[in-house]
Amino acid sequence: MTKSLGLSGMRSGRRWALGGLVALACVGNLSAEENPNDPYEGFNRSMFAVHEAIDKYAAKPVAQAYDNTVPLPVKASVGNFFSNVGDLWIGANSALQGKFADAGADIGRLLINSTVGIFGLFDVASELGLEKHEEDFGQTLAVWGVGSGGYLFWPVIGPRNVRDTAGFGVDSYIDPVWRIHAVPVRNSMVALRFVDIRASLLPADKVVEEAALDKYAYIRDAYLQRRRNQIFDGRPPRLDD
Amino acid sequence: MMKKLFALLFAGFVSSAVFAQEAPDVMVQRVTEEVLEIIRKDKDIQNGDTHKVIELVDKKVLPNFNFTHMTALALGKEWRKATPQQQQQLTAEFKTLLVRTYSNALTGYKNQKVVYKPTKMAPTDTDVLVRTEVHQPGNKPVQLDYSLEKLDANWKVYDVVVAGISLVTNYRDQFGQEVRNGGIDGLIASIAAKNKSLETSPKK
Repeated sequence: MTKSLGLSGMRSGRRWALGGLVALACVGNLSAEENPNDPYEGFNRSMFAVHEAIDKYAAKPVAQAYDNTVPLPVKASVGNFFSNVGDLWIGANSALQGKFADAGADIGRLLINSTVGIFGLFDVASELGLEKHEEDFGQTLAVWGVGSGGYLFWPVIGPRNVRDTAGFGVDSYIDPVWRIHAVPVRNSMVALRFVDIRASLLPADKVVEEAALDKYAYIRDAYLQRRRNQIFDGRPPRLDD
Repeated sequence: MMKKLFALLFAGFVSSAVFAQEAPDVMVQRVTEEVLEIIRKDKDIQNGDTHKVIELVDKKVLPNFNFTHMTALALGKEWRKATPQQQQQLTAEFKTLLVRTYSNALTGYKNQKVVYKPTKMAPTDTDVLVRTEVHQPGNKPVQLDYSLEKLDANWKVYDVVVAGISLVTNYRDQFGQEVRNGGIDGLIASIAAKNKSLETSPKK
């Protein structure tokens, strides 16, 4: 539901973000009764509409076709492969946040899965009890004390506050998949990963469709809660109600 | 006389102790395993039979939930401004919505395993968090936590948190939006309309 869909390179991403932020600065002041969690709601809702159209006519049908035709073990291996590629940067982020034991486990996962797990196709490390962590540069920035900035909704990329948009730029820049030299291979890999992630979110689609009174707000608030939970590694301090 | 009274007191003490004996984490585990066991054996539910799964949830799960508290939590400050009748109607509609949407999620159950985390609590606690994790082959475990409160002698769930997302407070902004537009009655009407549309839409 709130997982990242990484389909934009750093270069275009950076230009996007800059242009977007300038536009937002203007839009933000217009809405009369604004939600403190969503100062750019008008802009975001129009971006959300664009996103929904792209998803409905392109991303989702492809993901459904992939989900229906590809056998489960292959799908699992594709997911494992990209998960393994990501573990190096996850380990770096654990270290940057001062969680050195986690970082060690992340690198241990990478070593085990790349060898015993045959280039990461099998997640042997999880079976050995080395749990996968969820880290990215947006979380690292949060741990370093960088403020979240306003909430943004980007087409294709999905929900990201300003801090996570910057974090996503850095994540994409570091991303080994985006660094593959042979362009056709790189593009195929990026596309496959995108489809894999989108397919993994298919079961959540129905729940969100049915549960939400307002899908846009439902996704926004789920994103905000989920990120908070990730920043605190699953143990956020309780909020008073 | 004294003896009788003593025996009565003692019996009362024992029975209430038995009643309160089931700790919240034990209760969560028992109910989860009972429900999963039924789903594992029921082909209709696995094939997405909405009515059957709602029936199961009604019978096994709902008695352990406090929907009034859930609705109050979802609505926030406005709850106290609502009349008792509005509170009742809102709770009923919200319950229908939650039960329907998340019961359907149960039909997606394949061979996931639930792992129960140790619960930290003192004997005097009346509000605890029970942590579990859903493990599925080839996927990261999903955090699934329950907030429970002690009402009389029984523990009742008042919030369910999936991967850090509270299924209850995730409604707060949407509820607030509806209340701003049409008051509490407007909110009740919107949820009722949503429930109706779900009922008539063909099941997948």
